Amino acid sequence: MSGYTQTHSRRYRGRSDRLMRWIGDSVIHLLLVIIALACLTPFLIILSASFSDERALALKGYSLLPQQFSTTGYQFILHKPASILQAYLVTTSVTVLGTLIALTMMSLIAYPLSRKQFVLRRPMSLFAFFTTLFSGGLVPYYILVTQYLHLKNTFFVLMIPQMVGVFQLLILRTAFAQLPDELFDAARVDGASEWRIFLHIALPLSKPTLATIGLMTAIAYWNNWTTALYFISEPKLYTLQYLLFQTMRSAEAMALEPQIGQVPMPLEVTRMAMVVLATGPAALAFLYVQKYLVKGITMGAFK
Amino acid sequence: MAAPQVSYAARPSLLQRVSKALKKDLFQRNVVWLIMTIPAAAWIFLFKYVTMGGIAIAFLDYKPRRGVFGSEFIGLKNFEFLFSTEVAWRAARNTILLNLLFITVGLLFSLTVAWLLFNVYTSRVMRFYQTSLLLPNFISWVIVSFFVFALLKGDNGLVNTFLKNIGRQPIDWYSSPQYWPIILLLAYLWQSVGWGSLIYLSGMLGIEPEIFEAATMDGASRFQQFSRITLPLILPLIILNLLLAIGHIFNADFGLFYQVPRDQGALYPTTDVLDTFIYRALINLQNTGMASAAQFYQSVVGFILVMLSNWAVRRLSPRDQDLSLF
Repeated sequence: MSGYTQTHSRRYRGRSDRLMRWIGDSVIHLLLVIIALACLTPFLIILSASFSDERALALKGYSLLPQQFSTTGYQFILHKPASILQAYLVTTSVTVLGTLIALTMMSLIAYPLSRKQFVLRRPMSLFAFFTTLFSGGLVPYYILVTQYLHLKNTFFVLMIPQMVGVFQLLILRTAFAQLPDELFDAARVDGASEWRIFLHIALPLSKPTLATIGLMTAIAYWNNWTTALYFISEPKLYTLQYLLFQTMRSAEAMALEPQIGQVPMPLEVTRMAMVVLATGPAALAFLYVQKYLVKGITMGAFK
Repeated sequence: MAAPQVSYAARPSLLQRVSKALKKDLFQRNVVWLIMTIPAAAWIFLFKYVTMGGIAIAFLDYKPRRGVFGSEFIGLKNFEFLFSTEVAWRAARNTILLNLLFITVGLLFSLTVAWLLFNVYTSRVMRFYQTSLLLPNFISWVIVSFFVFALLKGDNGLVNTFLKNIGRQPIDWYSSPQYWPIILLLAYLWQSVGWGSLIYLSGMLGIEPEIFEAATMDGASRFQQFSRITLPLILPLIILNLLLAIGHIFNADFGLFYQVPRDQGALYPTTDVLDTFIYRALINLQNTGMASAAQFYQSVVGFILVMLSNWAVRRLSPRDQDLSLF
């Protein structure tokens, strides 16, 4: 777009104007580079800290480059990797299983809600969307899960929260509604059942939207730590995020008595290495899938 | 008009049979559709509607052993207790003031960044900008709290190391509440600018390019184009976002306020919000009465605010596109 206006300005306007425009563009790029770097710097600081030497880090402090390059933090984790591997296993299973169940449940309800002949379309939509207006909040939720469903310290409880998102449901419903009616009519004339139409027409034709919603759900599961904070106290059910949160806390408790073992544990660099190991795969996955996510965001902005 | 009616009427049995078959077919399809909605509808009922009813716990002397239906009704006692503590008022005040700060500064910042991006949209480095700006959005608050910790740690954090190097006195950030509104604001902006600017950017990209070409030919500067064309045309989007944000002003982002200040008691005066207060009362203090009273207060006031903002959106949206939620 700005390329187009530039050709015009070249034709209609003088050299000083072009110079002004060039200066303007440079200032804009400069500002954007500063903001982009500000967004990335914290990642770099943690990465550098994870490759630092514990004593050098304590003496010279955090910085953009490692203080005395060392991999002791990673060695410490790899020496006893059980807890982080277990957390990886839990988080990955929750993310994969949870996303599959969530996608199934959400598309199952979004499809009928997109059908104009569905008698309960309006009441059912209202039933779903009213929940965005009024929420009972944490206290009843906590009591329901712990005292009535008895799901405390179960694997299943970790999958509950992202299962049905009304915002995602809305996007899916729009995607199904936008498929051409002729397709559905033709299938009906041929005697296809609604299950068949759903599985063989509606779902395959909405793959891009399903992929976007699936990614959003998967990221939400991966990043979830509140569920574990509320309902998990069993270490073997710790998710990755919750394990990180716990290392921050328990490492602090250990720091008060540094002479626990023979060798003092390099607490700080180990912690930072843990952050890198937990965030790294997610950040890389983000780079790979970001264009779908951008689509999801803009879809949400305009419904 | 009359002739075709006669011709149809000549064979009523076929028409009747077809419409009957269609009706039966439609009925069957409706049954299938209803079955499809059951899993999600059941989930919504259990985790959304049952918990909505659950805010009534605020009027009970809730005892876990007796359950919701066995606990004694005590009227407004829990509320009296809640509002007799200054902490509840403080949490409400912090929630509203900090959210207002986030909404206004967040809007200005996102809008500015969106406009900067819009000006260089065709540039090759656009992808780099977008990726870097969006990355923080996909990081959990647990990780963000580590980032902030590395910057603000008392003895060897980046900021204090810098202060020492330029000969200034280091600051004990985690016990100085006065700085935290700004620190929380920066963490919020860092995390949300990618998403926020992307929404406005796509609004700007939706404007007809011819308008900008005409303005350029007429000699309008960048800033004139922004104030006379871009801003008025995306104003509905801005107002919509503002109203929706104001509707949720009584709800704070639990992750931001719990993780980033690391639940440090010394920071509560400026960082404790309703969500963290309710969490602490419920799980750390095990005071279900106080937690449920605060929860009732938050849910009901939140509902009223959402309804008001939704009403305002409906009043203000253009006649051809209703942007309100229902």
